[in-house]
Amino acid sequence: MKNRLSRLAYPYVLWMALFVVAPILIMLVYAFTSADGGFTLANFLRMGRYSVVFVRSFKLALIATVICLLVGYPISYFMSREGPGFQRTAMVLIMLPMWMNFLLRTYSWMSILENNGLLNRFFRFIGLISAWNAAFGTDINGFRMLNTQGAVVLGMVYNYLPFMILPIYSVILKLDHSLIEAARDLGADGAHVFLKVTLPLSLPGVLSGITMVFVPSVSTFAISQMLGGGTQTLLGDLIEQQFLGGAYNPHLGAAISLVMMLIVVLCMYVMNRFGEGEEEAVIL
Amino acid sequence: MKKAIALVLSAVTLLGTAACSGNSGSSSSSSGSAQSFENVVNVCSWGEYIDESLIDEFEAETGIHVNYQTAESNEALYSQLKMGGVDYDVVVPSDYMIARLIKEDMLAELNYDNIPNFSLIDPQYTHLSYDPDNLYTVPYTWGTVGIIYNTAMIDDEITSWSAMFDPKYAGNVLMIRNSRDALMAALCYLGYSINTTDEAEIREAFALLRGAKEQGVYQSFVMDEIYQKMEGGNAAISMYYAGDYLTMLENNEDLAYVVPEEGSNWFVDAMCVLKTAQHKENAEAWINFIASTESNLRNMDYIWYASPNQEALAQYPDYYEEEYGEALDEEIYNIMAAPPEVLERCEVYVNLPQETLDLYNELWTELGI
Repeated sequence: MKNRLSRLAYPYVLWMALFVVAPILIMLVYAFTSADGGFTLANFLRMGRYSVVFVRSFKLALIATVICLLVGYPISYFMSREGPGFQRTAMVLIMLPMWMNFLLRTYSWMSILENNGLLNRFFRFIGLISAWNAAFGTDINGFRMLNTQGAVVLGMVYNYLPFMILPIYSVILKLDHSLIEAARDLGADGAHVFLKVTLPLSLPGVLSGITMVFVPSVSTFAISQMLGGGTQTLLGDLIEQQFLGGAYNPHLGAAISLVMMLIVVLCMYVMNRFGEGEEEAVIL
Repeated sequence: MKKAIALVLSAVTLLGTAACSGNSGSSSSSSGSAQSFENVVNVCSWGEYIDESLIDEFEAETGIHVNYQTAESNEALYSQLKMGGVDYDVVVPSDYMIARLIKEDMLAELNYDNIPNFSLIDPQYTHLSYDPDNLYTVPYTWGTVGIIYNTAMIDDEITSWSAMFDPKYAGNVLMIRNSRDALMAALCYLGYSINTTDEAEIREAFALLRGAKEQGVYQSFVMDEIYQKMEGGNAAISMYYAGDYLTMLENNEDLAYVVPEEGSNWFVDAMCVLKTAQHKENAEAWINFIASTESNLRNMDYIWYASPNQEALAQYPDYYEEEYGEALDEEIYNIMAAPPEVLERCEVYVNLPQETLDLYNELWTELGI
């Protein structure tokens, strides 16, 4: 019986073989060959040159993930304690932006953050810019917000925040309330209950939230291209450039992708080990 | 066993691709259900580069369905073609890219008997260096590259490429996100040929570009985002194509255009058919339709790029007057169709040898870091 049902998994196994395993193999082949098809390590030897981009990408993705966590956790926590009506409304509001196209949403931020964009015009209108100029003796026409690292991080947080909130929320929602009651009965105060019971038990949600924010952030290219203006090149841009941009070199592109993937997998592995440790500590 | 799996996998892949192509075919011919899905032509051009009503007209006239797609730049188009997987019939690359495609044997020779409108093209724009015997191409537009700047934000009159590298304008300059054009500006400014293959000259031009980037001159690197940024007064100086400047001018009157005194690139974009094209005759029908005087007039009016069709180019001022009830500003006409004295100081790109292309690619990646 069980065996028969397991056949239902075949389509996905096939899917995975075709669209996950095969592409990775192709990527491996590309990464270790040169344009004339021979084996080479040259693509990896060039990697050192791009260390700045690696560092920048991981730094910005990390900042975005931390911000998402700091903003997302409290929201998830308090949402899960409200009535079902509130929860439903909040959920719709969180999901609402995702019904719009990702590129369109990011493009809109461009018009908002421009030197002459919506925000700067608003600041000018309320007199903030002239007040700033008077106070600091500057002569600016608006704040420079677009094409900065801040704008890129903002774009990441804006686009990926729901991916942090949802897993944390669903884990907290399913928390066994008797555990919290037991902790209270045993004399723990609110802060203690949170730190000793709720937080450790919600860690699986936090971990998957972190993964779901960090991984797309570290590999994004659309956000950095639109909000970073090509002056804040991220790994995604570098890779895209090798395939579609000015510098056609799929072999180097594959090598960079491979190194990025390995670093991400390493990060995830370390993090999950840390998570397991926490859970064990709870059980102990 | 393993063989069997491999066989199944490849069979599924084939079926999958067949299903996909079948799908796209059937959805594309939805306008006329009786058509077989073979009756299409796949065109890849640039963004905002055609009067789209021409597509409908062509479809109504011939019953051939047009799949119109766009690429971001010559380099992006080249990557797409090299990676395979695209089924374009007609592409509209620029001169230097055409030369490269010809050299790499990717273009099909055209049957000019199917393209009678080719005779309307001014000989000035045929048999150029990229296609000396004119076997592969029918020119689509031509124009110049220059500096676009906002006179409300910049007090000086700009006449030199130096504006693109001057720290005085830090944070206010948009550089083009296209290695050939970006380095062209630097090469011109330094007084070198835009087709130089001298590594030292190219590296010197790159150093200029990189130095400016490090000093924060560039607000960002753009292609078509330039419209929103220049029209909205978000940046003061940029470099782009004359035709696109005229489009921007419609939305922001403060913008000015100049072909710098050091010279610049003048380009021809031409329609070509790929060797892999599945619909060569449809492709030639499309090219012939687009090369007509009527199509050229409407395209010129819509995209503001000069036409290589001599009738259309000569008739355009009258066409404009009839259409809008006022005379066409001569200055605008001269920006669109640069007069000989401007073209004199401009150069056409030629395809660069492979090692120079590799150098461009390497430097361009390095600039991103």
